[in-house]
Amino acid sequence: MDFNDTPSEAKFRAQVRAWLKQHATPKINGVAAKRKLPEAQQLQAAKHWQKKIYDAGWACITWPKAYGGRGGTQMELVIWREEVADYDELDGFFTIGHGMCGPALMAYATEEQKRHLLPRLASGEDVWCQLFSEPGAGSDVAALKTRADPCGNGWKVNGQKVWTSGAHFADYGIVLCRTDPTVPKHQGITFFFIDMKQEGVTAQPIKQADGGAHFNEVFFNDAEIPDIQRLGEVGGGWKGALTVLMSERMAVGSLQATGFPELLSLVQRLPLEDGFAIDNAAVADKLADWYVKHAGLKHTNSRILSAISRGAPPGPEASIGKLVAAPMNQDINSYAVQLLGMNGMVTDPELAEKQAHFQKEMLFAPGIRLAGGTDEVMRNIIAEQVLGMPQDKRDDKDVPFNEVPVGV
Amino acid sequence: MNFEFSEDQNMIREQARGFLAKHASSEKVREILDTERRYDESLWQGIAELGWTAAAIPEAYGGLALGHLSLCVIAEELGRSLAPVPFSSSIYQVAEALLDAGTEAQKQTCLPKLATGEWIGTFACSEGNTDPLETQTVYRDGRLYGTKRPVTDGDIADIAIVTATIENQGSNSSELTLFLVHLDSAGVERQPISSLDPTRASALLSFNGVKAEPLGATGTGAAIVNRVWNRAAVLLAFEQLGGAQACLEMSRQYAMDRFAFGRPIASLQAIKHKLADMYTAIELLRSNALYAAWALSVDDDELPLAAATARVAGIQTYYQASKENMQTHGGMGFTWEFDCHLHYRRAHELALCVGNESHWKRRMVAALKETRNGF
Repeated sequence: MDFNDTPSEAKFRAQVRAWLKQHATPKINGVAAKRKLPEAQQLQAAKHWQKKIYDAGWACITWPKAYGGRGGTQMELVIWREEVADYDELDGFFTIGHGMCGPALMAYATEEQKRHLLPRLASGEDVWCQLFSEPGAGSDVAALKTRADPCGNGWKVNGQKVWTSGAHFADYGIVLCRTDPTVPKHQGITFFFIDMKQEGVTAQPIKQADGGAHFNEVFFNDAEIPDIQRLGEVGGGWKGALTVLMSERMAVGSLQATGFPELLSLVQRLPLEDGFAIDNAAVADKLADWYVKHAGLKHTNSRILSAISRGAPPGPEASIGKLVAAPMNQDINSYAVQLLGMNGMVTDPELAEKQAHFQKEMLFAPGIRLAGGTDEVMRNIIAEQVLGMPQDKRDDKDVPFNEVPVGV
Repeated sequence: MNFEFSEDQNMIREQARGFLAKHASSEKVREILDTERRYDESLWQGIAELGWTAAAIPEAYGGLALGHLSLCVIAEELGRSLAPVPFSSSIYQVAEALLDAGTEAQKQTCLPKLATGEWIGTFACSEGNTDPLETQTVYRDGRLYGTKRPVTDGDIADIAIVTATIENQGSNSSELTLFLVHLDSAGVERQPISSLDPTRASALLSFNGVKAEPLGATGTGAAIVNRVWNRAAVLLAFEQLGGAQACLEMSRQYAMDRFAFGRPIASLQAIKHKLADMYTAIELLRSNALYAAWALSVDDDELPLAAATARVAGIQTYYQASKENMQTHGGMGFTWEFDCHLHYRRAHELALCVGNESHWKRRMVAALKETRNGF
């Protein structure tokens, strides 16, 4: 048992390090300054960086070379991510494109489309977004209502999507539409990709509960999609989208933030009435509970990487990360704000502890528990897919979609 | 990255699970639960014959030197099966203390007999106080005077390691020293006491001028106990992991088989979410225990933090799994007939045996303050 790279992993890591040292922007005093730029400038910087790594052969490490990738292994991708995290470079703009949209094209697009679109996606020339959720279809995303009706050589799309990251600057999106409302919900969905810059597609920012606006709602008004942009069979969209979602779950991201390191650092320097917070028994008790989870997630990640390192898919333990980290991150940041006493109310970055880090995280935390599968959905996934327990009873099962009861 | 048990260790696990499924089945465990028998002698002998007691003991002392990772795998299976044997007292605590602090002669005398299971060892520190190291027992002119309770496996053991202070011409140092005692010596009185977990023996031991020899230097008792408990905590976390996993499997099976409102209760989200939470806590425990196993196997500087983390995770998770297992079983879970209460009892027994949750949380936070590694 050890935590070392294999000889070939070590060689790859050394190559990555040498290249990054020469070409990537170092953090100054551990600060990733580019993340503080206005969004338009961030996007420009991210595209510039993506082109640079594409030209040097580091982009989309697991993709085939013919489509702009490196033809490398999952473990090499993990090593790249670990190493690049030490630098002030941005890659978040391409997470959905590279993690979901690219694999969807590889599975379902024509060879000509793949050779045209994938290298542009890999090089950062195009940005892609994902259009699944709707105002009436969140956890039950298969209840989506955006219509695609046959029209000439293609389809005409009408409806609304919501919580779409990057829709306002995306060039393309993958979209799920209802093509037959007279059959049960999963059978009437078709998967497409769509040109986001075309007529009939409008993206509007959503102002979130924390005051920020990172997501969009997207309206389709007679937006046209040529049939050649259909991904998979008519009515086969749900299965197709699931395959893509699964491949994304298998792709290992970095550890989700738990908030623990920041809390530990706070309690070591925060004076309470009876000494530093860490020496207060009540604080120490909570700290210990959270460290058990934080360390457990970190070591679970090492188990996952061990499987990837020997070329196996991660085990079912990979499904616990979000369910543990997201609520914990909320509780930790709320607790940190509480510990600060009346100062905890202040969100002015000039006045607040750590430039109001804890307040900002606390306000954003409810969104993390909802995005990409709510806590409740994650529990259902674990119960059904890991423990093999049956699905709950569903009133829309085998019922034509247009006869399913709807609320508000 | 190779943060997994090896194929050899997984083979030991398979063998252990198969053996215990037969020889430490529910029926076998209940023979101890429902009778005056204190432990399963034939199971103990079988375990010794398979070499489990010798697994982590060096060859020079009659052991197999398979290392502590193998012992962790065995511990997980012992915990899963609720095996009614004195393994943790004899191996995790007494053998480890002898290896840590014993003289060559002490090791030569005791370890080969612990390795073959011929001798059973027990660790006698508690005197009925909240702090297991609060000690009135004294050592005077080569003899021990005092009373220890509860002493797990105290009534069936051959040797004991006893915490005491040394009294010299009326003055008494508060520093603890450990002593090695042969329990067949004159002046030892033993009395079985009833405890939360009747599948494990518990006793009161009185020492009325019992001949004893120091284990380790004068005044080093607390430090030795600290080191030994860091190691025992890791092994116990694996027992807790095995027990918690057994609870989850029982819950799942019962939920699939039990129908209410015309369908399996396993299809109800209230049950599914409970079991998903059990699974999640168990996987975090597994990861924490595995990391602590690594730290134990290479004696890494992070062992105190890793052991405390695994110990707290083990205490919390086995409790959660054992209580929610009873809850999932409904009324049947509250019967003596069903095995749910055996895990509920064992979870509490294991939670208390080498310092409780708050003891280990203090150790964890103390270690966190020392650690300069990244988190």
